[in-house]
Amino acid sequence: MLIFERSRTGCTNPSQAPDDDSDISGIPTSLLRAEPPIIPSVSELQTIRHYTSLSQKNFSIDTNFYPLGSCTMKYNPRACNKYAMLPGFLNRHPGSSDRTGQGFMACMYELQEILRDVTGMAAVSLSPLAGAQGEFTGVAMIRAYHDANGDDQRDQILVPDAAHGTNPATATMCGYQVREIPTRPDGDVDLDSLRQTVGPRTAGLMLTNPSTLGVFERQILEVAHIVHEAGGLLYYDGANLNAIMGKVKPGDMEFDVIHMNLHKTFSTPHGGGGPGAGPVGVNERLRPFLPIPYVIDDGGEYRWAVEEDCPLSIGRLSAFMGNAGVLLRAYVYARLLGREGMQRVAEHATLNANYMMRCLEDKGVEMAYPGRRATHEFIVTLKSLKDETGVSAMDVAKRLLDKGYHAPTVYFPLLVPECFLIEPTETESKEELEGFVEALVEILKEAKADPEMVKHAPYTTPVHRIDEVKAARELDVAWQIPEN
Amino acid sequence: MSEIPSELRYTKSHEWIRTMDDGYLEVGITQHAQEQLGDMVFVELPEVGSTLGGGEDCAVVESVKAASDVYAPVAGEIVEVNDLLRDAPETVNNDPYGDGWLFRMRPIDEGELDELLDAEGYTGVVAADS
Repeated sequence: MLIFERSRTGCTNPSQAPDDDSDISGIPTSLLRAEPPIIPSVSELQTIRHYTSLSQKNFSIDTNFYPLGSCTMKYNPRACNKYAMLPGFLNRHPGSSDRTGQGFMACMYELQEILRDVTGMAAVSLSPLAGAQGEFTGVAMIRAYHDANGDDQRDQILVPDAAHGTNPATATMCGYQVREIPTRPDGDVDLDSLRQTVGPRTAGLMLTNPSTLGVFERQILEVAHIVHEAGGLLYYDGANLNAIMGKVKPGDMEFDVIHMNLHKTFSTPHGGGGPGAGPVGVNERLRPFLPIPYVIDDGGEYRWAVEEDCPLSIGRLSAFMGNAGVLLRAYVYARLLGREGMQRVAEHATLNANYMMRCLEDKGVEMAYPGRRATHEFIVTLKSLKDETGVSAMDVAKRLLDKGYHAPTVYFPLLVPECFLIEPTETESKEELEGFVEALVEILKEAKADPEMVKHAPYTTPVHRIDEVKAARELDVAWQIPEN
Repeated sequence: MSEIPSELRYTKSHEWIRTMDDGYLEVGITQHAQEQLGDMVFVELPEVGSTLGGGEDCAVVESVKAASDVYAPVAGEIVEVNDLLRDAPETVNNDPYGDGWLFRMRPIDEGELDELLDAEGYTGVVAADS
């Protein structure tokens, strides 16, 4: 039920407080409303109950295990929130002078340095407002670099087919043609095909490592060599940084530019359309093109780098310097972990994924890339179940909700039929992992014994099986005042 | 194994091609492709009159699972698109080789048709896929 549907004409919010007889006679009539605003007529308490009950229906990391592959749904320590909400941060005006903002700027400077260090890059800018904008920034810098060198015949970006869907979208947004590079059956990039495709038109190659297939690209140095030899640059999609943080640095893998999804790896809020943060890191040759502003340490005093400091910068991506509150949460998280803690993140994320994968394999669940060690996530394929019983990965995913687990990512990556991409993250306990394994194995048994039951799941959620086809074909997302 | 009519030509990217009486080519996606994608919810068609290179992406089929590019099988000009699909994308699922065709094109070089797969060749592609 929508809050508008709870609305009753005349139902205002008469509390026991004295009437508010504000004097509005000083406001010019031209500025006064002719009609009352269209907002729900509900009391304060009804409003609270409405939103509280909605929040109770929410399936979230705070209530349930949420192994959504590629999304890194891990626990964000409450401390990150707490310290980012100190009044000194909350009340700071973005336009206030550098002199009064030294504390905040110190945090941003240190975050730049921490991210620079953990990724092995030469410099970092925090200003992109989301992962997608970070990607855009990265490829825009690749373009600026080639332009600055007068190398303007490079009009293609290479993207392996195991990439995140955002990569080809980003390359296209930056005006490049996308050339797809196939993946071999073992999950690594097909080098022969890469060699045939690179050339004088190659501006760069975008790669996620570990890839979307949940495996580490073992030939990364060879890939880097081939692309660099052809004059292209290597872009690192930081989507899966959680798997390698503190263990391997993208800079050491010879990447030239990287973006980081702070919500995945650095404990900032997920989803809901933001606010987000997608910092970018670059090596020396791309440093002049970094977006401004970023913080520089000017002889013990912090100040923003602006146009005069970096004439080749691709410019500004926001009015100020990114989403400060989000960046502060990442900063607190990074300081809580320290360098050693970051290594443990990657180790435990990988250990948890491999433990779960092994448990499922032992129970006869089929892996998409058997024999390969998982990174922080792994792929199960339910194709034989579908062929045998007609029960699809989607049906099993829905049934998992009944068992109290959020479904893993389904039907992604597209290369693997009837797949689940499972990412437990480092913050789940062994019991929780085993509980999920048990639930999944149980559902596979149910699918064989009573396929129709599984096909109609879920049964215990507030909304049962929805008609996804109808929902997509007849989009109905805006509430309208009913005519009566 | 899904239906693969012997009179059509195919691509590795799962388009089928029918040579029509007037020499134009009719293009759609195969039974196997529509099965893999699932229920169609939207089809984006190329512009009539646009000229395409062979292998160039020119249409998008979107299902509840995924959005997938459709490629021009050979170089040519788009002469007609299947407007029926704008309101009834499910036709691609129901009749992929008939009413579910996507576009018709005039090939620039008919010789390119020889490079396309025949039914047997495409059967191999599908077998390797599954």
